[in-house]
Amino acid sequence: MNDKYREDVMAALDVVPSGSSIAVGGFGSSGRPDALLNALCDLGKRDLHVIVNNVGDDYTGIGRLVAEGRVRRFTGSFPILPSFYDDYFSGKIELELIPQGTLAERLRAGGSGIAAFFTPSAAGTMLTDGTFPLTYSDGRPAAHLPAKETRDFDGHAHVLEHGIAADFGLVKAHQGDRLGNLRFRLSARNFNPVAAMSGRTTFAEVEQLVDVDAIGPDDVHLPGVFVNFVVMTGAPVPAGPEFTSSMKGAA
Amino acid sequence: MSATDTLTPILAGRTRDQIAQRVAADLSDGFTVNLGVGIPLAVPKFLPEGIEVFLHAENGVLGLGDHPGEGNEDPDLTDAGKRPVSLVSGGAIVDSALSFAIIRGGHLDATILGALQVSQNADLANWYVPGRNPAVGGAMDLVAGTREVWVCMEHVDRNGDAKIIPACTFPLTGHGVVTRIYTDLAVFHFRGGALVLTECAPGITVADIRARTTAAYTEDLE
Repeated sequence: MNDKYREDVMAALDVVPSGSSIAVGGFGSSGRPDALLNALCDLGKRDLHVIVNNVGDDYTGIGRLVAEGRVRRFTGSFPILPSFYDDYFSGKIELELIPQGTLAERLRAGGSGIAAFFTPSAAGTMLTDGTFPLTYSDGRPAAHLPAKETRDFDGHAHVLEHGIAADFGLVKAHQGDRLGNLRFRLSARNFNPVAAMSGRTTFAEVEQLVDVDAIGPDDVHLPGVFVNFVVMTGAPVPAGPEFTSSMKGAA
Repeated sequence: MSATDTLTPILAGRTRDQIAQRVAADLSDGFTVNLGVGIPLAVPKFLPEGIEVFLHAENGVLGLGDHPGEGNEDPDLTDAGKRPVSLVSGGAIVDSALSFAIIRGGHLDATILGALQVSQNADLANWYVPGRNPAVGGAMDLVAGTREVWVCMEHVDRNGDAKIIPACTFPLTGHGVVTRIYTDLAVFHFRGGALVLTECAPGITVADIRARTTAAYTEDLE
């Protein structure tokens, strides 16, 4: 029987070597796989290249990885956490800053067999012209993000962006079954599908482990073919799995 | 001390809410728009009667509604600023890749955002002040992909220096992307790549605007 469910999160995640690249879902704390991120910390993993939209504004989730000095390189759009910048300006962490949409598409492309694509986002800006500091040393830029190949399409500049196929994907879903079929809830979906696609090996933590077929075929947001392991979070489950009209605002 | 502030007293033009109200008057029924932080967030409360506008948020929400009210917040439903929101009737959720396909693919009718500077070539600088902590979010995708990019901002900065200038001095968000500027003093449109003053705020003269705008522009007052 194909059973991707693992009861022991720590044992499941111990296959992730230090030094790995890891694509992570979530937008701030919404849809972020905190149980998996905590397990990475508790297992002592280090030297990680984390590909995720935000660090967040506290020491949970990605913020905990950063605070414990476990991140070598951050690829994302919105770090924000003050101590992240302390580490960046003191040379402890590399910042590959890319537009949020470029991040989403690089993850999608990497998981889809697309080596690279041209996008107009950030063309002619310091994020693509070779002037943005990737890392600092002694208070000065020590290396820069490489200049990206630029080409005109219909008179508009576009830059070449590479797909990201990460070693591992870490995602969170509302519901999942033993086959790895996932269903997300509201805006907690965000980067989770593309982070799962990007990972060569992907772990999904789910709020509810449900029977196979409990998520109908039209309601599977991400099929289990993209997921290798499923764990339960034990996180509080919101009152109802469905979004009801009574929750809608008046606007 | 700037060169202009000894010459140009602060004028009582539109308030920030009045700027939002002025922008709201230009939105068409059925528009889907993305709102940046600051003045743009006030636009929905000034929508004219009968004008239905759908709001998009980068994190994958179409049909963004108000704060759901104390006790009704849902951690799984936020806007791009991570604030609790509701969904309006007809709302939909997409993942981040599809959310930015909506943006980059030109499926939004307008993006309305704040700015540090706008140049006479329609260049926009709004993401980064050198020396501060860099973060970009979705700003560069929004301006690259949306046909109508409307800037809402104070006409001059805190030092009284012009923000509508010949060339941006802050790092760019996008080249030639801005289509309109709404400030406390004026409304400008870019037509064929050239900046045109189309409206002075009530009580503001063409000379007032000329004294506070270093960009080259023509006048075509409506």
